[in-house]
Amino acid sequence: MSLDAATVRRIADLARIAVSEEDVAQLQTELNSILAWIEQLNEVGTDGVEPLTGAVRLRLRLRADEVTEGDRHEAILANAPDRVDTASGSFFAVPKVVE
Amino acid sequence: MSKPTDLTIAEARHLLARRQLSARDLATAHLEAIERLGSLNAFITVTADRALADSARADDRIARGEARPLEGIPIAVKDLFCTEGIRTTAASRILDDFTPPYESTVTRKLWEAGAVCLGKTNLDEFAMGSSNTTSAFGHVVNPWRRRGDNRDLVPGGSSGGSAAAVAARLCLGATATDTGGSIRQPAAFTGTVGIKPTYGRCSRWGIVAFASSLDQAGPIARTVRDAAILLREMAGFDPEDATSADVPVPDFEAAVGRGVKGLRIGVPREYRLPGMSAEIVALWEQGAAWLREAGAELREISLPHTKYALPAYYIVAPAEASSNLARYDGVRFGLRIDPGGDLDDLYAATRAAGFGAEVRRRVLIGTYVLSAGYYDAYYLKAQKVRALIARDFDRAWQEVDLILTPATPSSAFAIGEKQDDPVTMYLNDIFTVTANLAGLPAISVPAGLDGGGLPLALQLIGRPFDEETVFAAAAVVERAAAFDALPAIRA
Repeated sequence: MSLDAATVRRIADLARIAVSEEDVAQLQTELNSILAWIEQLNEVGTDGVEPLTGAVRLRLRLRADEVTEGDRHEAILANAPDRVDTASGSFFAVPKVVE
Repeated sequence: MSKPTDLTIAEARHLLARRQLSARDLATAHLEAIERLGSLNAFITVTADRALADSARADDRIARGEARPLEGIPIAVKDLFCTEGIRTTAASRILDDFTPPYESTVTRKLWEAGAVCLGKTNLDEFAMGSSNTTSAFGHVVNPWRRRGDNRDLVPGGSSGGSAAAVAARLCLGATATDTGGSIRQPAAFTGTVGIKPTYGRCSRWGIVAFASSLDQAGPIARTVRDAAILLREMAGFDPEDATSADVPVPDFEAAVGRGVKGLRIGVPREYRLPGMSAEIVALWEQGAAWLREAGAELREISLPHTKYALPAYYIVAPAEASSNLARYDGVRFGLRIDPGGDLDDLYAATRAAGFGAEVRRRVLIGTYVLSAGYYDAYYLKAQKVRALIARDFDRAWQEVDLILTPATPSSAFAIGEKQDDPVTMYLNDIFTVTANLAGLPAISVPAGLDGGGLPLALQLIGRPFDEETVFAAAAVVERAAAFDALPAIRA
């Protein structure tokens, strides 16, 4: 499988990374060289093999359904690039989303 | 007495306990060394005031007879661990001036054990790289020099700053992380010892995530014993990390002198690559001979899917990275570029400006292999191959207790070499990546020098949660190799 320029643009759009037209050409070459190398996985027979999702076969624990933290508004907002403080609380600020 | 910066952790601990050396003097000697050798670019942030305060407290505790296991030991922290109140960058522009309001579990445990914080070390951006040349804060210089060649060499990556700092004697030990070889490959390139423990041994909480099913923290130090001392304090169950293993942490240091008598050690034939350098082959055979002389039984074994580990990794790791790095959007922390459009434009402009070329490449590969129509062909296929790689090891453990391999296919290369295409760089991790995919503990231990006078290392891979046997065998290799070469640039 080989990526065309339109696919590179579509992936970049899905990944929310702005790319220039020159970037697209270069990325197309680089990504195709990586994907061509990855193709060798098709030599491996994997019929009936259960996919391994993690490094160890873990049984996930349950914990008590209790509040263990919270009320850290200032710590959470401390690194905000932009914030608004209003009478009803403090928020992360972003460009207008809804007209 | 040796220079304070030349001490091992075990030696410093001994001198501190007997009050023959103060933590303050030890910290000062290292801070001076860091400043003098700033051209190595091993540190992104030096925390001199913090180090002095930590060491003063350590001296007080020692005087009161309340010393903890690492009391007064100056260490450096890979700048991928969140440190409360200390800027944490992951060597990326996108984190900008991010100053974590919390502490990673591993570093919290180290401070609670009395360690002194010297600062945060440089790395490949988001730990993605094998040469420490993808850092937004510039490349790190390996303190070693090839004989008759004055070019700067890479320290390996991604934990290149930690490895260079330990090798150049800018700290007694350092934290690092390993997703595909990022502890062991830089340790090998700098003549230091690095262990990636079993997946789940160290909490990932507060470590900037790259590929969550592969990432593990571990130490880099100058001796096997020092690595064991550090790992004991870094490891342990943490309810904050759902994949943290609820198993007891043994006294790794006690295992260091245990020896290898009666152990069965496997030599996997698939690691003998076509065209592999004769020096690496000879080193590997020498390592097997040392272990045999120490009483181990060496056996050839087969790990048939080895060849497919790297391509499988380059699907799984970018897929997880594309998901983990989705959080860098310019809204809650870090860099924001607002081109004056809508929210999507803000995301796209921020991420274009904030991510370097290698990170962008991996996020795009990851996005592609997870996208509709390609998921089964790439991601699911890679997870199945990963299962086969893990099964290879499961079968090997029925025959052997440990596996011996080279750590890297070459010694350190010059900055700018191996950068023609991404795949050439990826091949650096060919011997290390299998242990990440299977979640196994693996150590890199210096074992000799190549023709150019650069360090070469061997790798020992162990059963899950059997770091003790890994340390025991690494100590045998260390003793037999009697590796005492020193880097050209050091404090």
